[in-house]
Parts: sequence; C-alpha cells; structure tokens
Amino acid sequence: MSDKLNVAGLDFNSRLILGSGKYATFELMATALEVSGSEMITVAVRRVNLTDKSKESLLDYIDPKKYRILPNTAGCYNAGDAIRTAMLAREVLDNNWIKLEVIGDEKTLFPDNQGLLEATTFLVKEGFVVMPYFNDDLIVARRLIDAGAAAVMPLAAPIGSGLGIQNFTNLRILREQISEVPLIVDAGVGTASDATVAMELGVDGILMNTAVAEARDPIAMAEAMNLAVRAGRLAYRAGRIQRKLYASASSPVEGLSR
Amino acid sequence: MALPLKITINGEEKIVEQCETLPCLIKTLDLNGDRLAIELNGQIIRRANWDSVRLVDGDRLEIVHFVGGGSK
Repeated sequence: MSDKLNVAGLDFNSRLILGSGKYATFELMATALEVSGSEMITVAVRRVNLTDKSKESLLDYIDPKKYRILPNTAGCYNAGDAIRTAMLAREVLDNNWIKLEVIGDEKTLFPDNQGLLEATTFLVKEGFVVMPYFNDDLIVARRLIDAGAAAVMPLAAPIGSGLGIQNFTNLRILREQISEVPLIVDAGVGTASDATVAMELGVDGILMNTAVAEARDPIAMAEAMNLAVRAGRLAYRAGRIQRKLYASASSPVEGLSR
Repeated sequence: MALPLKITINGEEKIVEQCETLPCLIKTLDLNGDRLAIELNGQIIRRANWDSVRLVDGDRLEIVHFVGGGSK
C-alpha cells in the first residue's frame, strides 16, 4: 500500500530527512545518505572558501536530481538574517524549499517563535516552501500553518543532544490537532528506538543529523534509522494493542490435554 | 582594457585584474558558477543578471554555496 510523505505536493517514499553535517568525509556522508533511504537532505549556506582551492563541493556528493535539497537557515538569530539566507539559498540551485530556523538562544538552540513567524510569513509570500523548526507548541504550530508553512517541525529534544523524545505529551497533542500539513520531528533523536517511538506517535516524518553522522559507524546507523522509521510508521498504521496491567494468555485456554 | 579593481569578497580585500563582470570574476576565482549565490553590496544578484552587472572599486561581494549541515 502506498504510504508516502507528501510535502507541498511532492511525494517522498522515505519519511526520514537527513542532515549532511558533521560527517568525517563526503564519501562517508554519501554512503550514509544512500543507505538511509532518505530522499530529502538538509544543507547549510556558507561563504565559499577562496583560499582553499580543493575543488570538492558538497553537491558533488549529493545529486540534486536524486535528492530534494533542503537548505537551512542554521545560525540565523533573527528573521532578517534567516530571510536573507533563504534568498541566497534559493539562488544556489534555483530551489525555493527552505528549512527555516530562527534561533533564539545559543545554549539551547531553542527557536525564536516570533522571528520564525515573521520570517515564515515573508518567505511564503515570496513563494518559498517553508518548513520551520519550532518548539512543540500547538499555538505556534497553528500560527505557522496560518502563515503558509508547508510542514511544521517540532523539536523532540535540543538540537544535537541525542536525548530522545522528551515531549511525548506535546507531540501527541500536536499529532491529534494538526492535520493540515506534515508534522515532522526535527532534532532530539539519539538512536534508532527514538525514531521508532516518534513514528509510533504518528508523526509524519523525522529529521535528524547528529544521531547518524556522529555514530561510531554512521553507515550502519543510517541503515538502522531507515528501518526504525519504517518500523515505527508501520506500527503506527497497524495500531498497537491496549496496555493491560495483567497477563492475557495467547494460547487457547480450552482443550488442554490432561 | 579594464583597470585592476579593489573589491571585498567574503570579508577579504582582493585586487582583481581586468574583470568587471560576475562570470569573469567567478572564472578568475576558479569557482563553479552553477552552485553559487552572489550578493553585491547587500543585494542578491539573480543569475540572469550576472552578465549585466559592472563591478567597480570598493564593491563588497558575498559568495556563498552549500556545505554540510543539519541544524545549528
């Protein structure tokens, strides 16, 4: 049965979105991306290095025909900077998708929701497909959707922390209340079971970077995440059984031979 | 023949010989023009307009591309 992630009218077979940062080498990253099954990859926008003439560029290792490139506005601390970064990113590949981050605090990397809303509103009017990273607040989610966000991406724990899902209640509430756009967990996953648990809550996808890139074996972890996201999704659709305090025999009670 | 230009690229002062268009500058800097975005004095220059811009002394350019990144 077809069960694709649809963002802004585009179908994705994989519900896993991977970041391209923190890998030891481009080759390692390329293999991890391949093995993960992901079809959407986040990248950052930075100055070209004019002194280091090594000609290798990230896009030599991530084919934009194969992957949807999702540039981010990481490192932006106000709406203006995020908007500028988004506009620059659009020029690089003539691609109007943006993972919008407006960071409000350096230590926690928590989002500045007011700046985020402002930038979302502006960029949607400019024709961008905006996927904002926000904290798990239902009201902010609704405002982002009203502003035209193509997805809403709550954190599950601080970026890069690997703490796993710290906000079950809020994610569940978001899942029950948000149906207009995909709900994608962005940040917090540490290992495969975290991804499965998040998918079992019914979120539409997961975005992660550090959990794969900084695993001892990123390629093996990429495969684990591929399976974990699919397992969680399947389990969500299959519908779990009720939790019961006491045992319930799986074998028939009748017909025991005595 | 164009004179050498003193311009600032990504915060570094550069003397650029005989180059007053962006495609010429990209070539001189040995960059891949297909994967860049350029801002000139705070204004993004769309690719379609790269040919029509004339660089002058004192221009400030930002040239960016994609690097590995998730969130930060």
